[in-house]
Amino acid sequence: MEHAQASEHAEHATTTGIDHRKMLIWAFLGSECMFFGSLIATYLVYYGQSVSGPGPADVLDINTTTVSTFVLLMSSLMMVLAYSAVSKGDVKRFRVWIVCTALLGATFLGFQYFEFTEFGHHKQTFECPPALDRPALEPETACQDGATEYKANYGLTPRTNLFGSTFFTLTGFHGAHVTVGVIWLLSLFGYSFRRGGEDLVRDGGLNVDLAALYWHFVDIVWIVIFTVVYLIGVTVAPV
Amino acid sequence: MATLAGVFNRPYKPTGVWGWISTVDHKKIGALYGVTAFTFFLVGGLEALIMRFQLARAEHGIVSAEVFSQLFTMHALTMIFLAVMPLSAAFFNLVVPLMIGARDVAFPRLNAFSYWVFLFGALILQTGWIVGSSPNTGWFAYAPLTAESFNPSNGMDFYVVGLGVLGVSSVAAALNFIVTIINMRAPGMTLMRLPVFIWMTLVTSFLLVTAMPVITVGLIELYMDRTFGMNFFNVEAGADVILWQHLFWVFGHPEVYILILPAMGIVSEVLPTFARKPLYGYPVVVLSGITIGFMGWAVWSHHMFTVGLGPIANSVFAITTMFIAVPTGIKIFNWIGTLWGGSIDLKTAPLFAIGFIFLFIVGGLSGVMHAVAPSDAQQQDTYFIVAHIHYVLFGGSIMAVFAGIYYWFPKATGRLLSERVGQWHFWLTFLGMNLAFYPMHFLGLDGMPRRNYTYAEGMGWDFWNLVSTVGAFVLAMATLIFVHNFFRSLRKGEPAGDDPWDGRTLEWSIPSPPPEYNFVAIPTVHGRDAFWDQKYGDAHGHVARAPAGASSEDEGHGIHMPSPSILPMITSLGLGIAGYGLVYSFPVAILGAAITMVGTYAWSMEPAAAPDEHGH
Repeated sequence: MEHAQASEHAEHATTTGIDHRKMLIWAFLGSECMFFGSLIATYLVYYGQSVSGPGPADVLDINTTTVSTFVLLMSSLMMVLAYSAVSKGDVKRFRVWIVCTALLGATFLGFQYFEFTEFGHHKQTFECPPALDRPALEPETACQDGATEYKANYGLTPRTNLFGSTFFTLTGFHGAHVTVGVIWLLSLFGYSFRRGGEDLVRDGGLNVDLAALYWHFVDIVWIVIFTVVYLIGVTVAPV
Repeated sequence: MATLAGVFNRPYKPTGVWGWISTVDHKKIGALYGVTAFTFFLVGGLEALIMRFQLARAEHGIVSAEVFSQLFTMHALTMIFLAVMPLSAAFFNLVVPLMIGARDVAFPRLNAFSYWVFLFGALILQTGWIVGSSPNTGWFAYAPLTAESFNPSNGMDFYVVGLGVLGVSSVAAALNFIVTIINMRAPGMTLMRLPVFIWMTLVTSFLLVTAMPVITVGLIELYMDRTFGMNFFNVEAGADVILWQHLFWVFGHPEVYILILPAMGIVSEVLPTFARKPLYGYPVVVLSGITIGFMGWAVWSHHMFTVGLGPIANSVFAITTMFIAVPTGIKIFNWIGTLWGGSIDLKTAPLFAIGFIFLFIVGGLSGVMHAVAPSDAQQQDTYFIVAHIHYVLFGGSIMAVFAGIYYWFPKATGRLLSERVGQWHFWLTFLGMNLAFYPMHFLGLDGMPRRNYTYAEGMGWDFWNLVSTVGAFVLAMATLIFVHNFFRSLRKGEPAGDDPWDGRTLEWSIPSPPPEYNFVAIPTVHGRDAFWDQKYGDAHGHVARAPAGASSEDEGHGIHMPSPSILPMITSLGLGIAGYGLVYSFPVAILGAAITMVGTYAWSMEPAAAPDEHGH
């Protein structure tokens, strides 16, 4: 162990004074920007291009997603507190905050799971008789007997239309990033029990710092997605 | 977690095959990259020979149209992703730490991971030849030809998953080199004292890190379409297939500079050494390289002039494309300026470097012709384009790669490649290259289309096609001569000594082959051409002091190097298995992902350096 400490000490003597791993994660996040940038670009290119419904305004529920967005933003706050605790050497508080961060992250994922299933089963009411771009009558007798409207399945799946493909792929990959983040945070929680947290605190909590950078990044990406897909998608008609 | 790490007993200084599998030494990883990539270079060459044999005469029935499509697609993919890129990676690995005065890269295990992921990605990409359905859409795989309905075999799945896995390898390697170059320079090695090869490695690495995610997104979308029936490139659902072209070329054009910038770096090292002059206009060469890196992002639509993007878009991309010729031209003038008035020693390495300048100018000129959108409309999809890309990629990248091999082989192995055989190799390559590719200019201007498996008699294309085929076989012969030279020199070559070329950069200040730890004492750098200044003094006649502590009693025994580890290989094996799983069966993909996850955990719990036998 003596030796591992020595080599880690040597690693701090870098040209710029920045730890190798920290520089790596920043460059990696740059790469991730291009990744999500391309997914969002695809979403925008296809915005309003679907030949059939449902569209964003039909299925997206701003209220629900505002709550889940708030949950994710709060997880970033917890993350800051966790890092602050570990950088002061306070392992006990760190454990509390890191579990909070992970739980909020998991809650966000729960919301996403709920949304994804909900969209698939979405039903909507339409005027009678059905217009060409509206779902067929089910049962076929639905519009008879002077009924002015009918209810039909109007679910969104990845195969339904361009909106479905781009929406589920973009938010799905974001969700995958959150999942990786939650696993990473819980791993750090487990790691904090190794030698009473000695290993975690030794380098000023660098391991937590790296996870925090990733976590905040994933959070920021969600802010962009929430704005572009949800807020703009529901309120602004496509050009 | 500690017990998890204990499952994999860590090898301690293993030898033989096990030693190669567990190595984290950048020089050995460089050798792995080099040998693997050169093997794929031969595979890609073989594919080219079959195509050239087919085209040697009109209506030649050697291969069917379908096989021909697979051949030209796999030839391009193999040469770009499995030969030129990893050959550049081989040089990055071998040379970067030595040139900047470092003992290894910043993340030695990540470096091994990059290699193994590359190998597994390459195997996935090549699987088509075994199961009988390789990708057949050209390397750019335009939608909707790639859709499940038009292309039901697994060929495109190997394309999607193979390139995706190779992207992971490239990004991991590039991140590693970015950190290594910025953060592990010897004291005094400021950015403007970095050798140009290091600069070009840095620019290339940034391009890889930013360009690879774009193609990855394109591949993901294609995968979603093919596997889950999504609509990204489904025209019936309102999709615009041009989106694929944009995603592909936004990656694809930086990729062109990913292929050529390392080559320019190699030439910028070889020419000053053999002209015995410092590189002419160093800051301008560096700045040109950076400019090319930035401008490489602003020219992608010149691959799409005939798509119909409209006059404004075409004009903008025509102008940016012409502009990118300026920094490239500046570099060429600087190389010529370096040679000018130098005492040039025409060994094989500088011959290849000069051959590079000559051929790259030809390729560059036809490149500027493509920049003129109306003219490009005539050249699009003809052999004129094939001629252009081979002048820049074979005449450019591959010539520089050979220059680099002749230049650094002695450092890597301690032996010189035979000069006599090397001269034969160069002249035959130069001759074969021009015979094979120059006639394609004529064929293209005469309207011969690319990617057609044959042509009718009486088109007047027979003669130049035959010449081109003869040239291809001359190239094959030259390459065999090189392979012979390589293996013979490995065993019987003349001992090289530390500094066979009277070199200018730090790698020549240490023994050949370098010890595992490279430098006994990390050198202190006082100027550009650090080693030259140590030997002869700088321009003002000041001889820099020998690196402090060079003769210390240390003698390397106290230097702790990262220990070997099989975890990078295990982790990337998981990725490879997951890749096949994505093509054939999802449970297998989950198994692969689980292996990668276990590997990652074990890796993160494993200290970089194991305690040595003395218990330090």
